[in-house]
Amino acid sequence: MILTAEQQSLLDGAKGATMSKIMQTLVRYGEIFGAEKMVPVTGEYGHLVLSFGLTFLGPVFDLYQKLIDEGCLSGQKFTCDPRPYDKNVPQSPVQKVAAKFIFGKQARYEKQLEKLGILNDDSYTCTCYLDEIGNTPKEGDVLSWAESSAVVYANSVLGARCNRNSGIIELFGSVAGFVPYFGLLTDEGRKADWIVELKTTKMPDAQILGSAIGMKVMEDVPYVKGLDKYLGTQLTDKAKTYLKDFGAATASNGAVGLYHIENLTPEAKTQGERLVKEDAKVYVIDDAELERVKNGYPCVWKNPDASPKLCFLGCPHMTLEQLIDWTVKIEQGLKASGREQVRIPTVFTASQGVMKEFARSQYASRLKKTGVVVSYICPLMFMDNPLWQHQPVITSSNKLRTYTTARFYSNDEILDIITGEGK
Amino acid sequence: MKREFKGRPIAPGEATAQAVVTRQGFNTLASMQMMFIQPKTKCVDQSNPDIYKKELQDKALCLPQTIGSTTGGMFLYSAVMSAKAPACLLFSKEIDSLAAAGAVLADVWSENAKMPTVDRLGDEFLDFVQDGDMITVKEDGTVIVERA
Repeated sequence: MILTAEQQSLLDGAKGATMSKIMQTLVRYGEIFGAEKMVPVTGEYGHLVLSFGLTFLGPVFDLYQKLIDEGCLSGQKFTCDPRPYDKNVPQSPVQKVAAKFIFGKQARYEKQLEKLGILNDDSYTCTCYLDEIGNTPKEGDVLSWAESSAVVYANSVLGARCNRNSGIIELFGSVAGFVPYFGLLTDEGRKADWIVELKTTKMPDAQILGSAIGMKVMEDVPYVKGLDKYLGTQLTDKAKTYLKDFGAATASNGAVGLYHIENLTPEAKTQGERLVKEDAKVYVIDDAELERVKNGYPCVWKNPDASPKLCFLGCPHMTLEQLIDWTVKIEQGLKASGREQVRIPTVFTASQGVMKEFARSQYASRLKKTGVVVSYICPLMFMDNPLWQHQPVITSSNKLRTYTTARFYSNDEILDIITGEGK
Repeated sequence: MKREFKGRPIAPGEATAQAVVTRQGFNTLASMQMMFIQPKTKCVDQSNPDIYKKELQDKALCLPQTIGSTTGGMFLYSAVMSAKAPACLLFSKEIDSLAAAGAVLADVWSENAKMPTVDRLGDEFLDFVQDGDMITVKEDGTVIVERA
């Protein structure tokens, strides 16, 4: 890799041994992928994936303390993934005690984040790119982010440029102010390896479509044809919400960092099929294929016939529109079944910015009446606890299904389960 | 039976360990998230029948690439620093950015703990290697697979 004089001096130790090691890490990381240079981070803010003070991640907190002690702080403010715990989420007394132990380093870690450069106390969300939070990169911005669902959204929907960086690496990029130039930062790396031809008879569930594509293409870039028939050709709030959930499923069920939706996402609109590589493979998705994928999800509950004890929606965090839509749907479902409240404890998760906007609307009190709890947590990390293993939790998030023992149902099935007579 | 493969050393080092093999992408977070409360790290990824419930710690983990959450590299780094990691990572394909981060972080920031990592071993490697095979990794990226 050819470094500038400034970069070389950092590597040589001009700003201390810790900064030199940060540079060594970034250079070696880049060279693995053939990077020949570093490029400046041009996005206004960073985004970190590690938001949880998991007792057992001591080596990471020790490393971050070293950065703080040596003055190696982020050169840009950053947002961060959601906090892992909220006492208002339904749980047993034993689970509450266990959470205090498991997330025993939370307070210490949040103090570290303040020193390292977190934007503010409301910055904890995986949907940092929403208007209510304000970490919304511009097209062409170079980012040093982690969080798979945020990276794939920034690349695909916003047209920013970011690799699927790991936790720690993303902070190193924000500290150094530059990142190795490879992969999704380059024009060539943003070309599609796959054409996905959508031939379903109705709009596919975003979570299942994303899962199918992720499992098929793994870390490649897909170019999706036929989805604009359902989402239109403008990035409306509805389309962006769909793509948020679709992208999270592609990134967690596979390793997708960028997708193109024909006639809709920025690069697909301007470049069209010029984005597709000559030797691109083809994946045809019809109703039967989506059914096959959904039926392939295992259920690892101790008793597969158990009644669900908790329902989580909002991984990634819900948008304001989703909170409002679900409020209306739940009211309608309860009215149809003659119930007053949901029959299973249900938690919707969203950023604090979205929660504040929602609280100002007429829908907040209406949702509260249905018994649904709204929380700022990361349900994935909340459930990252042996006491939640094999508990009958349900979700319509394919990301949450992937990382926990939660069982997946489509949104329609979830609505039926929590408001009506569904299983 | 004995076969030798040559790959690219990402984190050079030597290791000898029994193979545990996944032929689908290894989801680091989904697989290793319970490692710190397990006596020995075992895979808890319900979506990976190849290695679900199998021991990973001190094994030669043979895989195509890692997938999933961008906490992946951070978890690998913590696993190495806490002596909960596989003995080595052996990739048939080019390593992905998350695993690369974990391997490099452990190599640069750890003074003693190591997790030799080799990629580009080829599809033939993953077609051949089986659970329980004895694996020897050398500094230059040579991987020897021995089957009793």
